[in-house]
Amino acid sequence: MSGKETGQDLISAHSRGEIDAWLAKYPADRKRSALLPALSIVQEQNGGWLSTELMDAVAEYLDLPPIAVYEVATFYSMFELEPVGRHMVSVCNNISCMLCGADDILQHIERKYGVTMGGTTADGRFTLKREEECLAACCGAPMMAVDGHYHENLTPEKVDAVLGALK
Amino acid sequence: MTAATEQAQDPNAVNLTINGVPLKARRGDMIIEVADAAGIDIPRFCYHKKLSIAANCRMCLIEVEKVPKPLPACATPVAEGMKIFTRSPKAIEAQKGTMEFLLINHPLDCPICDQGGECELQEMSIGYGSDRSEYAEAKRVVRDKDIGPLIETEMTRCIHCTRCVRFGDEIAGLRELGATGRGENMRIGTYIEKAVGSELSGNVIDLCPVGALTSKPFRYTARAWEMQRRPSIAPHDGVGSNLMLLTRGHKVMRADPRENEAVNECWIADRDRYSYQALNSPERLLRPMVKRDGRWRETDWNDALSFACDRLRQVMEAHGPDALGALVAPGATLEEMYLAQRLARGLGSHNVDHRLRQVDFRDQEFAPVFPWLGQPLVELENVDAALLVGANPRKEQPLVAHRLRKAALRGAAVMCVNPVAWDFNFPLEANLAAGPAGMERHLAAIAAALFEQTGKPAPAELARLLEACPAQYAHRAIARRLLDARRGTVLLGMTAFMHPAYASLHALARAVAEGAGLTLGYLSEGANAAGAWLAGAVPHREAAGARAVKPGMAAYHMFAERLKAFLLLGVEPEYDAAAPVAATAALGAADCVVALSAFKSPAMLEYADVLLPVAPFSETSGTFVNGEGRWQSFAAAVAPAGEARPGWKVLRVLGNLFDLDGFDYMSSEDVREELRQQVGDLAPSNRVSGGFAPPPVDVDPMLTRVGYVPIYAVDPLVRRADALQQTADARGLAVASLCAETADRLGLRAGQSARFRQDGGEAELPVAIDDRVPAGCVLIPAALPETAGLGAAFGPLALVAGRG
Repeated sequence: MSGKETGQDLISAHSRGEIDAWLAKYPADRKRSALLPALSIVQEQNGGWLSTELMDAVAEYLDLPPIAVYEVATFYSMFELEPVGRHMVSVCNNISCMLCGADDILQHIERKYGVTMGGTTADGRFTLKREEECLAACCGAPMMAVDGHYHENLTPEKVDAVLGALK
Repeated sequence: MTAATEQAQDPNAVNLTINGVPLKARRGDMIIEVADAAGIDIPRFCYHKKLSIAANCRMCLIEVEKVPKPLPACATPVAEGMKIFTRSPKAIEAQKGTMEFLLINHPLDCPICDQGGECELQEMSIGYGSDRSEYAEAKRVVRDKDIGPLIETEMTRCIHCTRCVRFGDEIAGLRELGATGRGENMRIGTYIEKAVGSELSGNVIDLCPVGALTSKPFRYTARAWEMQRRPSIAPHDGVGSNLMLLTRGHKVMRADPRENEAVNECWIADRDRYSYQALNSPERLLRPMVKRDGRWRETDWNDALSFACDRLRQVMEAHGPDALGALVAPGATLEEMYLAQRLARGLGSHNVDHRLRQVDFRDQEFAPVFPWLGQPLVELENVDAALLVGANPRKEQPLVAHRLRKAALRGAAVMCVNPVAWDFNFPLEANLAAGPAGMERHLAAIAAALFEQTGKPAPAELARLLEACPAQYAHRAIARRLLDARRGTVLLGMTAFMHPAYASLHALARAVAEGAGLTLGYLSEGANAAGAWLAGAVPHREAAGARAVKPGMAAYHMFAERLKAFLLLGVEPEYDAAAPVAATAALGAADCVVALSAFKSPAMLEYADVLLPVAPFSETSGTFVNGEGRWQSFAAAVAPAGEARPGWKVLRVLGNLFDLDGFDYMSSEDVREELRQQVGDLAPSNRVSGGFAPPPVDVDPMLTRVGYVPIYAVDPLVRRADALQQTADARGLAVASLCAETADRLGLRAGQSARFRQDGGEAELPVAIDDRVPAGCVLIPAALPETAGLGAAFGPLALVAGRG
């Protein structure tokens, strides 16, 4: 029966400001509505993944039971629950990209950089995300997103140029 | 009357047919509700009448005429002229298809599953499924999480109905379970390893339609078809939840709720569900025992009873009949209480009491006939304002808290005056917490604000007290909410009964209730405090509230005055008495202590001279009167263990041995009917004439102890229920909690050990920081072995030394 510990300190002042901007868009008793943006914000703050402590901090900040936050964070594939590499590489392998050779692109990345889908390179440079949905750039298939930036009409050479430039 | 005119009268009436049967319904009803009311079976998993509609299992698909696709009966509202078919080829095809998909990932481990034989999935599968499946691929496996000592998980069996998730959110008020992941990877759990902490958590076991959530203590001990079902009544609180005891041979294997909408709905508290474990405790007293020349020996009933009689007779011959005190547990049956007080009074002693935790009896003359809830339990849902005085209903009477929670979620203002800011699972309008003396001051200030606002005169006897406690903004706001309430209640709880100035709190609560036109109610102790008053198990009143010719001593005074002989019925004063140190000292010094008990404990072997094994609630017939004044009789579920006998029989024989008249009852029903005749149509009422004049509030001492009885320490049964003792509500409670400010003042740090002194006793306890505790107070629970060395629940406390 100890006093309540506050985990909110885990959320940086900058992130809080961003979350508050979202909270302002919803009625005061509907803080839950800001959960998705709040998770994105703290994930970015934390180097691309969400720890349990961080999710608890978000729960406390939004007055939600922690499990309600875990439910959302585990449902959406854009949230990572394990530590990730410095960059996030998502190769779309949905129907259009697949027809245009996404599998070859993936194979190239896996072989050349020694990483499997869902894993992180040994040097921690990037994580090859297991993408679950179409990334909505079919006109430029095959494509990949690197840290949210789209690269289209991929060839192995183009991929190497983009990934080689990552620090 | 034609249907047309009838409908003209009631715009909400809807006519429809199900399987060709014409039925009437109300607009807004779901098809499944109408079918249930008409006794037409529709299969379902996710739908539950007490929970919100999820419509995610798709098992209740039915056909509606003119609708091309089957519809879920749980989420389809009725409409005029609807023709519904639950067993048409289209409906059956849909149900079979759903069933096949539900079974795709369900393991075929029924032979080792505890749910086997009482499983909704099994039943639906037989009734609505197919005997073969097209699915031949691998089934998914889900790793189990440990969610505490009460509930066993086997999550591979889960079919994702989400009843447990909705229960946590909507009923328990603690959302602990959830659905994480998605699609194939969705699972129900806590995500992190975490014990669920609700005091109603066990109800998810009944809600779970499969064997994913089962009772942990019951696991692998019996099959559903081997057990008999015996109706009973829960013996722990004033709700009187209806139970079904499942027995095999002479053993209670499990306790389930028995539905009674007016009392417990379809729920029970974990305390009522798991306390049965104590019935099979190794501490059960199985044979009569007597202590001769300081040595205990098992003996037969004749020897033990005549030994007890002789000893009691000797003491009373030497010291007079007033030297005898009879103490009955507030959880004893009505019949036992009635006979215990008849025995004591027949022997010439009015020293009879069940109020073991009470210390202030100054106004007992003004008490109502019995401590009545003042209203039916159901009405608690309909209040729009409630003032709780010294009450923590979640831990005292969990299903009362559940009713109040329903009211609060509908917008009722629930307000508290407590010594500590207890946690509630619903929003409070006000939570005043300022230690024991602060309770009086706050309540007096609320009363002052109330009379200030109504302009009516306050009761004369309270005038001085109200003047000394001027109202502030918070008190005025509370008074306003109480005055504005169309239907409101003031409830006195366990902390109030244990309070050193209970009479003052009582007088103030009455004044507030009467001043604002609210119902005064008591959340009384144990399962049968109401029965105890009716049976005459109080020193100043005989059965049916008749004034005692010569009032006897209250429990507290019997110990303080060190009576020479004690008759104990189901009590363990070392934990149950207000001042355990004084109680054990008095018992140790007495010439004769006769204990009627279901258990033997080292302390009892120390102070008692005769131990008579009596049957706990599951092994005797009897009656509990709940807070509403509802008499609920029950039969024995199993035969008494060993040579134990029902308490009423033992008391009857004692009456005979003392040659008392009228102790020739043939059954517990005889005893009950005799008392019922006396009670007659005595109407319960909390309005009493006359008033008690409370003295001004004492100044707070430097340091005050605030005690409370933990939910799983309230009586001998729960104290021996192993699974309950392993929960967060029972483990690691023996700490001294204080707020950071007070800890700083005393130079104490969290985690260190400190020695406290109270009423001449001492206890060394680890220190914890808890900001719910007001400044100047130390929260130390009562009824624990580690704290039994201290005095009463409330009182001045001294810090002897801090260490470590």
